[in-house]
Amino acid sequence: MPKPSVRVSALHYAYPDGNKALNGVDLTIAKGERVALLGPNGAGKTTLVMHLNGILSPTSGSIDIGEFALDEKNKEVTKKVREKVGIVFQDPDDQLFMPTVYEDVAFGPTNMGLADEEIERRSTRALEMVGMIELKDRAPHHLSFGQRRRVAVATVLAMEAEILILDEPSSNLDPASRRELSEILLALDVTILMVTHDLPFAFEICERSLILNQGAIVADEATVTILRNSQLLAANRLELPKGFVI
Amino acid sequence: MYIHRHSLVHELPGHIKLVAFFAFIIIAVLTPIQQWQSFVGYFLIIFLALALSKLPPLTLAKRATIEFPFIIFAILMPFTAGGEMFDIGPLNLSREGSIAGLNLITKATLGVFCSMILAGSTTAHSLLAGFVRIKTPSLFVQIAAFMIRYLNVINDQMARMKVARESRGFQAQGIRSWPIFTSTLGALFIRSYERGERVHLAMLSRGYAGTLSSLSVENVQPKHWRVGLIFPFLAALSFLIGRVFFS
Repeated sequence: MPKPSVRVSALHYAYPDGNKALNGVDLTIAKGERVALLGPNGAGKTTLVMHLNGILSPTSGSIDIGEFALDEKNKEVTKKVREKVGIVFQDPDDQLFMPTVYEDVAFGPTNMGLADEEIERRSTRALEMVGMIELKDRAPHHLSFGQRRRVAVATVLAMEAEILILDEPSSNLDPASRRELSEILLALDVTILMVTHDLPFAFEICERSLILNQGAIVADEATVTILRNSQLLAANRLELPKGFVI
Repeated sequence: MYIHRHSLVHELPGHIKLVAFFAFIIIAVLTPIQQWQSFVGYFLIIFLALALSKLPPLTLAKRATIEFPFIIFAILMPFTAGGEMFDIGPLNLSREGSIAGLNLITKATLGVFCSMILAGSTTAHSLLAGFVRIKTPSLFVQIAAFMIRYLNVINDQMARMKVARESRGFQAQGIRSWPIFTSTLGALFIRSYERGERVHLAMLSRGYAGTLSSLSVENVQPKHWRVGLIFPFLAALSFLIGRVFFS
């Protein structure tokens, strides 16, 4: 049996001010799975995501990404893990900082120390996948929000990450941009962990869902099962849009 | 600052323009003001560059008003400095002060014109790539790159906060609205600071290790160097001619 893409066990994390964000998270994601991470505001979703590529280090517990066990002190492993795990952050303005779209997409591959032709191949391909290749010489602040979100996805695709983590990917998108994004994501052959409040979007993309509340996983089932359990949803401050029936 | 035109000056790569710019400025600044013939040459070179760049002179002239504070300072110098004095009409002026003031005005004007032409004919991106090519310490280039990128974001944020303030009936009226402005600035500072942290995290996530090496490089033809270096070359020539007259 192949190693799971992500394995987190007994993960505890407290912020430096003593505020406990994660209280014993256990989860396993198999290779190629698409999983939604649901939960109310302040449940610790983003904190959990920040652990998966070593940005934050657990107070206790362990995190394995493929064959690598994350360890704060081992910079080499952290570097490898960051090549494997691509995070698309919530605000594209945080993610896009280079003067042009193309240079931003090339930023990750360049840091990986790839050859010039390979950097160009990957960057071009990533921009083609999100349909942004014509705008490659534009400055990020000249793009619409939806376009910036797509470029943010491309910056991670260019690293050919095996695990794609998206923080609220559908937020602030118009319906057509949201649909285009879901088409892009469904066409990818990678493991996906998607943090979202948008339950229909989770239903569309992920076969499995987790609910995180007060720093612990309280549900881990098929997305359909979770979305049909209105009591479970209500207990975790989640609601389907009115009139939405599965 | 960039004004789009198709010209010989515009198509020069950023690093060549920077080299020419700095060489020209250094030659001009090191020329003693008494050697005035050289300065005639320098101004002619600037006009040549301006004509070649096809930039609108009126727009540049408006931008050049940034020099005014220096001019005022320079005009005061003959009155305030000491040493040997002389009279022009009713005015009693210091010789040293006059020379220093003239020196300041002439060189500052040259510098401002040069900067206007450089800024007007070079995109921010080309300038950054140029600074990388001439081996400016990476930290400086990164700071400049981030400033250009996030100035827009912060400006937008400030505009949104202004709209939000006014939508709730706020009107700026004298000193009593100052606390509102300061708290807006405070909020803006905190938000920018937090954004800085988020950007840094996003960079680390993509393997940032201290350099922005994916800034692309511009194509350079031998012709570009020839065109670019003509300006400092003419300046050096003008310096020598002035030197001959002077001695």
